Amino acid sequence: MKTVSSLLDPEWYERYKRISKLNIRSSIYDVTDRCNLRCKGCFFFSSNEHKAASEEKDVSKWEAFVESEMARGVNLAILIGGEPTLCPDRIEAFYKRLPTFVATNGMIKVDRDRFPDLMIGISLWGDREDEVLLRGKDTFAISSRHYAGDPNVYYLYTITPKQLGKIEDNIRRIKDVGLKVHMQLLSNDEGIDGFSWQPDELIAVRAEMDQMLDDYPETVISSKYYHQIITTGIMCGRRFGWMECPSVTDSIDQRDPRPKRLTNFIRWASDLKTMHRCCTSETRDCSTCKDGAAHMSWVMVNKRAHMNSSEDLQNWIEVYEMFAKLYRYIPW
Amino acid sequence: MANGIKNDPMNSNLDQNILRIAKIIIDTLQMEDVTPETFEADLDLVDEVGIDSMDLATIALVIRDEFGVRIDEDDYPKLTTLRIIGEYITEKLQDEG
Repeated sequence: MKTVSSLLDPEWYERYKRISKLNIRSSIYDVTDRCNLRCKGCFFFSSNEHKAASEEKDVSKWEAFVESEMARGVNLAILIGGEPTLCPDRIEAFYKRLPTFVATNGMIKVDRDRFPDLMIGISLWGDREDEVLLRGKDTFAISSRHYAGDPNVYYLYTITPKQLGKIEDNIRRIKDVGLKVHMQLLSNDEGIDGFSWQPDELIAVRAEMDQMLDDYPETVISSKYYHQIITTGIMCGRRFGWMECPSVTDSIDQRDPRPKRLTNFIRWASDLKTMHRCCTSETRDCSTCKDGAAHMSWVMVNKRAHMNSSEDLQNWIEVYEMFAKLYRYIPW
Repeated sequence: MANGIKNDPMNSNLDQNILRIAKIIIDTLQMEDVTPETFEADLDLVDEVGIDSMDLATIALVIRDEFGVRIDEDDYPKLTTLRIIGEYITEKLQDEG
């Protein structure tokens, strides 16, 4: 019988044991339907999710809602939007009660006196030229000024096909402001010309991401197996898609057979009643989805599928460690 | 025996339950390299077998159907081995009997 310790040497086994009982149960919350940017390709607006519900404005209802979420086992809140920092009282309803991560564009600086160790991920869509093209302004100039050197912040760098050959410039400028970076790929929800991935581009971007991890190990939070999965869409011989995705809202998941999935996961709209289909765009074609969180979760929930060889299990550990680092369960 | 089950009549219910639970785990996880008889009863299910909380939830549902015993979700973290699950189920059955 293959056991974990029979597949791993003592060092890897210790790494495994550090994460094996974390039992992370996350859900995702739209804090608001509003944003202070309108980025081309933002799934929230392109799929009209900002119109799916009317925002709950009573903070006491947010507080009661968070309590009910904790009662059903959620132990990690991932706040998205719209732009969550437009609503600090709602962020506080989560932050005071459980580990909380905020995905922001970084245009508003979170008050560190009020939220001293709030986990923050800042979206970045490329270099200055692409940021201006897709988001209307060079957000890095502002967000890096707000958060330089902050130990609880990293950049969530969405790589587009236009970034090929230029990724290092972005990694270096993030390193230079004393922050970490995690990389994912754009899913071209709005069909912007030239921003859909072609097969040769996916091969090239994987090689470039691998190189960044080798060259900037103190800055890049990633793993080569994650790069492989997100660029090929294939894991253990299985192809990512609707019937494999782990990040479908639990209570509306009617798939048969039910795949391995995130326990009790729900993505809530800002009325605290409406549920979205999954962690990302409701209108996205799952077969071309490049969502980074969905792909890393796909690996994480399929642990035993990675118990065929030492290499497979080590790959699984690295992806789990990456997730655990991004949400500060283990140090960077 | 490989799974460490002793030939003690006092333990026969426990022994049988352990074998049945081993079969449930093997079938649920589609394990091909072990049988109920060779499944070591004291092997840590998370640290060694690689079971996760979702696996355990699925196994708990099958146990409920097979034994008529509901495993409280709060008890999952302490159900770390086949033997401990067997003792848990056997105790619940005795309480209900």
